[in-house]
Amino acid sequence: MDLSLSTETMGDRTIVRVGGEIDVYTAPKLREQLVELVNDGSFHLVVDMEGVDFLDSTGLGVLVGGLKRVRAHEGSLRLVCNQERILKIFRITGLTKVFPIHTSVEEAVAATD
Amino acid sequence: MATVELRFSALPEHVRTARLVAAAVARRAGVDEAVLDEVRLAVGEACTRAVGLHQTGGISAPVKVLLIEEEKQFSIEVGDEAPHAVPGERGPGAGPGDPDGEAEEDEMGLAVISGLVDDVEVSAGEHGGSIKMTWPTTPPPTILA
Repeated sequence: MDLSLSTETMGDRTIVRVGGEIDVYTAPKLREQLVELVNDGSFHLVVDMEGVDFLDSTGLGVLVGGLKRVRAHEGSLRLVCNQERILKIFRITGLTKVFPIHTSVEEAVAATD
Repeated sequence: MATVELRFSALPEHVRTARLVAAAVARRAGVDEAVLDEVRLAVGEACTRAVGLHQTGGISAPVKVLLIEEEKQFSIEVGDEAPHAVPGERGPGAGPGDPDGEAEEDEMGLAVISGLVDDVEVSAGEHGGSIKMTWPTTPPPTILA
């Protein structure tokens, strides 16, 4: 399965819906999408990972890269994920301390801190 | 001899194939269903790392994956042909001007593997390196005649 990406704007937040597999082959597409959003002035991103079937360290690297970029503009990058197998990868790598992880897009959009 | 041996060109698009094959063979070997996600992720990480090493080093040789079914255990060995430098030494492209930390992904991959798999052996030498990961298996139930 390939990677699917779509974006939607909610107020000052941009929702990036990701589906499929994020790995060494598909991660560059996600990177391009995040870079493009930041270049276009979207600095508050919510990455909805509910449709993600697989995530590896390459994908984590892209998300960390995205976080660095938005932070350079005092922005934010929040994740939406309820899948245990995906959450586990964030826990193993200690990235649960780096990314705010929410249970729904609505919760992520409403979050301010 | 390995139960299944897979060789693929060091290209990112083939890593998914390696994951699928490894998971299929692991399932058949009797690796617990609950662990198959970990097998898939770990073998993907090891292959991603090998592909990266071959691409960085301009190595045209394929990446080799050995899937080994043994009594009560199943092992996956991912071999690369990249000459490994002194541990801790940074490869090219690991400069501070790397905004997405691509050079750090190699280490992140290893971190994920060691976090996921209890039994891991990493070896590296002048002629290449390998990551061997082993999982216990449960024998299939005896079929009564």
